[in-house]
Formats: sequence, structure tokens, C-alpha cells
Amino acid sequence: MAFLEIDGLRKRFGQVEILKGIDVELEKGGFLVLVGPSGCGKSTLLNTIAGLETITSGEIRVDGRTINDLHPSKRDIAMVFQSYALYPNMTVAGNISFGMEMRGVPAAERQKAIDKVAKVLQIGHLLQRKPSQLSGGQRQRVAMGRELVRDPKLFLFDEPLSNLDAKLRVDMRIEIKRLHATTGTTIVYVTHDQIEAMTLATKIAVMRDGEVQQFGTPAEIYNNPSNLFVADFMGSPAMNLIPATIGTSGNALSVVLQRETREPISLPMANAPAGLSAFQGKPIIFGVRPEALTDPEGAERNASHIATADCHIEVVEPAGSDTFAVTNLGGKGVVARLRADANIQPGTNTPLAFNLTKAVFFDPATETRIR
Amino acid sequence: MSTVATSQIKLTPEHARPRASVRSRLQDALPKIVLAPSFAITIVFVYGFILWTIYLSFTNSKTFPSYVLTGSRAYQRLWGWTFDTDPPSSWYTSITNMGIFGFLYIAICLALGLFLAILLDQKIRGEGVLRPIYLYPMALSFIVTGVAWKWFLDPGLGLEQTLHQWGWTSFHFDWIKNKDFVIYTVVIAGVWQASGFIMAMFLAGLRGIDGEIMKAAQIDGATTFQLYRRIVIPLLRPIFLSAFIVLAHLAIKSYDLVVALTSGGPGGSAWLPSNFMYEYTFKRNEMAVGSASAVIMLMTIVAIIVPYLYSELREKPR
Amino acid sequence: MSAVTIPARQASGGVNVKVINRIVIYGLLALFALFYLMPLFVMLVTSFKTMDEIQNGNMLALPRAPTFDPWLKAWGETCVGLTCAGIKGYFWNSIKMVVPAVLISTMLGALNGYVLTKWRFRGATLVFGLMLFACFIPFQSVLLPMATILGSLGRFGVTLQNATGTSFGLGNPTVNLVFVHVVYGIGFTTLFFRNYYEAFPTELVKAAQVDGASFFQIFRRIMLPNSMPIFVVTVIYQFTNIWNDFLFASAYAGTGDAMPMTVALNNVVNTSTGVVEYNVNMAAAMIAALPTLLVYVLAGRYFVRGLMAGAVKG
Repeated sequence: MAFLEIDGLRKRFGQVEILKGIDVELEKGGFLVLVGPSGCGKSTLLNTIAGLETITSGEIRVDGRTINDLHPSKRDIAMVFQSYALYPNMTVAGNISFGMEMRGVPAAERQKAIDKVAKVLQIGHLLQRKPSQLSGGQRQRVAMGRELVRDPKLFLFDEPLSNLDAKLRVDMRIEIKRLHATTGTTIVYVTHDQIEAMTLATKIAVMRDGEVQQFGTPAEIYNNPSNLFVADFMGSPAMNLIPATIGTSGNALSVVLQRETREPISLPMANAPAGLSAFQGKPIIFGVRPEALTDPEGAERNASHIATADCHIEVVEPAGSDTFAVTNLGGKGVVARLRADANIQPGTNTPLAFNLTKAVFFDPATETRIR
Repeated sequence: MSTVATSQIKLTPEHARPRASVRSRLQDALPKIVLAPSFAITIVFVYGFILWTIYLSFTNSKTFPSYVLTGSRAYQRLWGWTFDTDPPSSWYTSITNMGIFGFLYIAICLALGLFLAILLDQKIRGEGVLRPIYLYPMALSFIVTGVAWKWFLDPGLGLEQTLHQWGWTSFHFDWIKNKDFVIYTVVIAGVWQASGFIMAMFLAGLRGIDGEIMKAAQIDGATTFQLYRRIVIPLLRPIFLSAFIVLAHLAIKSYDLVVALTSGGPGGSAWLPSNFMYEYTFKRNEMAVGSASAVIMLMTIVAIIVPYLYSELREKPR
Repeated sequence: MSAVTIPARQASGGVNVKVINRIVIYGLLALFALFYLMPLFVMLVTSFKTMDEIQNGNMLALPRAPTFDPWLKAWGETCVGLTCAGIKGYFWNSIKMVVPAVLISTMLGALNGYVLTKWRFRGATLVFGLMLFACFIPFQSVLLPMATILGSLGRFGVTLQNATGTSFGLGNPTVNLVFVHVVYGIGFTTLFFRNYYEAFPTELVKAAQVDGASFFQIFRRIMLPNSMPIFVVTVIYQFTNIWNDFLFASAYAGTGDAMPMTVALNNVVNTSTGVVEYNVNMAAAMIAALPTLLVYVLAGRYFVRGLMAGAVKG
């Protein structure tokens, strides 16, 4: 039995169904990231776990105990909010101990707990300050301290890094990961940033319109997207999703990509997924990540199945660590990721290598994966 | 294993929820319990009383409330008196005054308020001193400042006499004693009281305009006048609306202005409907007629305020 | 900031144009300042003049021999109707009425605003809309029923008085006015607090819920300590409004010893017996104006904010 189990959870606001039957589970010590575009229901889902919003039907269990109808304070959870929600009228110490005060913990014990947490997070020198006197990163730390002190069964994070600037966000991301590694707590974390999701999670639930689109490990989500939405949403730069048709070349199937001025490219598929044969002569969506579309010298050496085709390069973007090249296939701009020192000029025709072992295919009608 | 959760509906029976304890149910209801007294008070003492007043306006109440319905007699009497009856109808005087006062009060306050706000927005040194000076009349009761205005407008004591002393002996200003002009003195005093506040509203609006729009217009070659006429004033439209609503409801509710300044004017010639209502209800023992006039005032306010409140409070799309 | 300055192109027409522009602007502003200040100025200088000087002098002139007598007379001797004991008693009447009315209506407004924003329920907007509309009604439309109810309560108070020895404040004009001002003030106070709490981060309330704080604990420990600005705004607004009220005061305490300051002042000024003592009238008016004037001078910023909150945005 998993530590956190969410079963058929539904949430309705009047006529609108916000959550349409969510099934998710997480092992003890796991790190679940709920990711999706704004309005997908991820924050609502977190709030229902916290007990800040009621649910219409379904069940939430933590450590075998159903917590559906418990008051938030009785659920043995802690929550870090997007704005940190530090009480502006209280000192840092007051903020950290407010929950204990509400539960009637004696002052001496509270002080002990404050000191312990202050040590872990290195905020001892800030204890007597008001939140308004803290920097963004310090506030973040205090917010985590306030939750840590309760030693809860479950930690909830609601987009905790979205108010920080880019550099601090990376630092705090590492901090949270370290905290998770050292304390071994179970965490549910909401974000719209797929990089945060990839770097932090042990499990990711990609959500859209109140439904979980895919639930799995970061690697599964990244390499094996179950539908067009997940493929498009996860990864940066995003996966190239190119309209194509399935043709035949000899005995094998081939992917045919239209080009603007020249004859189409035909990429032979040696080990096409079984479902693809049903699409002969029909349109499909051909998905290939930028790193699987590269200069022939930079192509993965041990990939079993690489096809090379001449492409007209429209734009070149040197990004330092890599160089990105944009070409046009199937009527869409397609991004290729090349070595930083690749010699490539815009306006030229350059051979690009397609790593077809990493390619995925989608049915344009249902947007589901063709396997 | 990656599982795909499509929209498959899991048919689990609705889990029977543990019965909430009395205490936790009380906790859930607490917010409503806290709000309830205020809401009840509003329902009874505002809406209940309004209905009561409407009911009274259909009775023959005189000195004391009577609950015998007599149809629209009070309304007929209210509108039946005319200028030609003897004495001439105070009600027609009141609503004519309301029209004159309402129109001039709102128009002048808006114009003057906008004008002062634009002047004050020209990076004025001493704005911090001027602004409170323009606004203080709003903080004082007109019963207080009416004393000064009455004195100031009195031909024997105030402005007229002062100018006579200064040598302008032909100056004549006796509106406050003249039944045809007394309402205009009410307009002067009313504008004096409220225009500073309207100025503050417009000033806040001006300060809220994005400075980059101004810069863009200046680069486009707009003169200061064009800038205000074509860019700034159109952007202030919401403020015009709010200011209009404020002024319209202040105008309809104006009561102590007339009492303090004119004590009703010669023969009630300065009355507004609010004064009419008070006089007929409490002094002339015509309770039903007074109630009818109150209902008409209320309807006027409803016609202005309800659409405004509705549009302000309508659930904004998320 | 939008401060629009004269575009450079125009200004380049010469320094003169610019200077003249500024002179015109400052001149107009000063002129209007005089217009607004004039009544207060006349009141103030007249209240320090002798009657002799008033009759023979210029109303705008400063007092030649300032005297404090009119103030003393207004405070302690002038006649309100037939009683000639000055206005001091009525001043205290107003204080006794204003303080409880302001405190009660403000507290209720704070609680209502808290519920309406942080514990939203179905129909909350309708409830708020109904309460808000009460701010705008002409009070003439409730004047009469309220008078009837207050009359009945007064008679019930007499019965109670006879039966138990205390009337529990029923029938007391001051208590009546406190009640009336609370009833017709909660619309405003609720509006102020609702708009303030609307912008107050809901996450703080959620965090406190997770921390185990109850409905009232959240209100007392989280909301109230962070509500100082709106408290000041509301208290000042209510204080000014209730102190300045004339309609309710004259309708429900228009005669007798319990009348508030505004009614008493109106009686003083409109007493037609004997010589009209303008200096005493002005002094009485100044005394009536002092509390609100003082509040305005000390915290005018908050007063204006209250006016604005009542005007813009429901």
C-alpha cells in the first residue's frame, strides 16, 4: 500500500468540474510533482489534499488513514505557499511557532523546536525579524522552517519558487532537493515549470483540464509521452511535433515529411511501432526531440537507427553550450540541437541526423500515442 | 510503469462520510452565524422598512400611521397640487428645485473638479497644502458651514455689504432672500462642499494613467490641450461614472444643506424632495404624502444605483 | 505618475510663455484655495469679534481686539431653544453617541468583511450587494418606520422600567441614535473591510488553517493585526459621518436634552428671539466643527481614502 493514495477524486464548483477523477499514489519518502498549465487543476488538487477545499467524491488516504473530512490542522500535513504566506505581524520565530501555539504546545518546548529548525535552515540570526525585513530567499527558508517544525507526514508545496528570480530559483530548487534527501519526507509539489518537475520529482503527474494526462517517473514522462499534450508540455526546448504521413520504402514503413520548396524527405523506419502500420498513407504526428535531431558528427554513436536528410537551415541560434538550428519540415519550424562548435550557416542546406530510436508517433485525430 | 489516466470513470460507491460532530458542524456554520445579525438587520431595517414606507404611502396616514389601504390617493394628491393651486404645490417646487440643483450641482462639480485636478497635476509645488484645503468642506457638517454661508450670502451682512464698504455701492446680491433664486445659493454651497472631493477622485484617476501613454502622445506631437482632450479625459471615463454616481446620490439625499443655508427659503422655495418629505411627514401631519415622496426619491436612487452596483459586483470571468 | 508637463516644443517659444503659464496656474489654484477657505475664515474671525465690531466692521477683517467671550458664551451660556446653558451638554451628547456607534459598526464591518472575503459561500455577493445598496438609499425611505419602532421600543422601555427598575436603554434617545447609526453604517463599514480584505492574501488564512487556528483565532491573530490602515479609515469615516449627521438626529432626538451637537447648533443659529449674536453663533459652529476638523487635520489622508473607497469600486 502506498503512503499517499488518491482514488477517483472529483471536485465540482457548481456546474464546472475542476477535477475529473484523479487517481495518483506515492510511496513513502517520494517526491510527487503535479505539473500542468495554469487552470489545469493542480493547485486545487493540492488544496484538497491539504483540506483547504472540500471534495465532491473520491478518497484521499495518507498512511492508510482516510483524511477526506478532516480539518486541515488534523491531517498531519504542512504546506508551503506560493507567496510563503508568512504572517506579516509576527516575527520569524512567531511565524514558526504559531502552529504549535495553536495546538497548545508549552512555550519552552516551542522554543526548543524553533532553535532546532533554525539550525537546520541556518536562519538563527533572523528569528526576531519581521517578514518584511527578509529577502526573497530568506522568506522561502522561513516558510519551509514553519512547516519543518511540525514534522508532518506529508509536505505540500504550492509553486514555492515562482516568486523568486531565475538564479535564486535554481539555488532554492537545489535546497529543496537536499532537504528532501536529508529528511526523507514525503512531498507533493505543484509547479507549472516542467524543469522543476523533471529535476525534483520521483513521480510526475502531468495534468490538463482536471485530468491526469500521464503519471510516471520523470524519465518515463520524458521519453515515453503517452499523448501529444504531454510530449509538447514536457521538455525545453519543446519536442518537435511535425505533421507527416506514413509511406512505404521497400518492406519497411517510412515517415514522409513535406518540405516547402523541395521534394519530401522520406525516413525509413526499421523498427516502427506495431500500431503504425495501420496508418499507411494517412497523416500522423511525428515527434522528435531537438537533441535527437542533430549534425551527423554529433549524433549519438550507439543509436541503432539514424537517418540523415538534407535540410534547409533558416535560423541559427548559438546558445553557448549548444547551437540550435531551425529548419522547416511539414510546414512547421523544427528545432535541431547541434554541438556548440558545429559549422552551420543560415540559408544553406545541411545534412541533419534523425535519431529514429527516440522518435514517437501520435494519431492527429485522438492525439494519443501510436505504439 | 507509466499509467495513462484517461477519462475512464471509476465507479466506486460514494464513500459514506463519517458523521460530522456537532462541534465541527458549528465550526463550519460559524462564518454564516457571524454574518447573520448584520444581514438580518439590513433586511429588516432597510428592506423591510422600505416596504413599510411603500405600504404607508398607499394609506390615509395623517399624524399617526394608519394601515387602511386607500389606494394611490397620496400619490394623486402629491401630483395633483400644481403651481396654480393655493398655496402653490410644494412638491412641484421641490422637484423643480431638484432638477435645477441636481443638474447644476453635478455639472459644475464635475467640471470644476476635473479642472482643479488637471491644474494640480502640473507638478505643483505645495500640492500637499492645496489638496487638503480643497477637500476639507467634505469633512464638516453643512449645519456648521451653513452658518458661515448664510452670513456670507446675507445682503445686509455678507458679500454685498463688504463690497459696499469697499466702494462698489451698486453691487446687489440678495439671492438668498429671493424665492426665485434661493435654489442657486444652495447650488453654490453644494458645489463648494463636494467639488474638492470630486477633484480628489479625478486626481487619483490622473495619477493612475500610465505615464508612457503620455510620453507616446507627446512624441506623436500632441499639444497639451490635445493630450487632455484626446487621451487623458477619455481614459478618465470610469472616474466620470463613479463621480456621477456619487454626486447624483448626494444630490438626491441633500437635506441639511437646505435647512442650514435657507431654513427652507421663503415659503419653502428652496425645498428639495428630502425637505418636502420631512416637513410633510413630521410637521404637516401628511404622513402618507410624505411616504409617497420618499418612495419617489427611493425609486430615483434605485434607477441610478442598481445598474451601477450590478455591473460592479457581477462575477467577473475568471 | 502621469504628470503632464508642457511639451518642450511649446516651451521653446520662449521662457516667457512658460513663466506666464505657471503664473496663471498658481494664480488660479490660489484663487480657488481662497474660495474654499473663505467660510471657515469668516467663521473663525467672526467668532473672536465683539458684536460692535461685527456690525460696524468688514466681515473679512481680522478682529481688532480679539475676544474669547463668544466662545465661552457659546460653550456655557447660549440658549438652545428655551434652555440657556450653552452647547456643552450637547457636545457630550454627540460624543456619547458617536463613540459606541463608531466602535460597534466598525467591529461588525470588520467581521462581515472577513466572512465575505475569506469564507465565501454561495450567495455571498448577493448578500454583500444588498448590504451595499443600503449605503445609497435616501434615509427618508426608512425614517418613518424607524420612528414608529423606536417609539414602540420606548413605550416598552417604560413598561420595563416600571416592572424591573431599568429600561435597558430602550427609549433613551442616545441609545436610539447609536442603534440607528450602527444599522445604517454597517453597509459602509462592510464595504471598506470587504474591499481591504479582498486584497488581503488568502494564503495567510489557509496557512493559519493548516496551523490549526480557528475562525476567531484567524480573525484576531492574523486579520486584525494587519488591518490598521483600514481601521483608521473606517473609524474616521464613521466618526465624521455620525458626528455630522443631522437628519436622524433631528428626527429621533430633535428636542429635549439628548439632542446631538448638530441639532443644537441649528437651534442656536435659528433662534429668532432677541438680537442675533453672530459671534456666538460662529463660535458655537466652530466648537461643533472642531472634532471633525481636528481629525481631518491629523488624519485627512485616511479620511479621503475612506471617501474614495465609498465612491470607487463596489
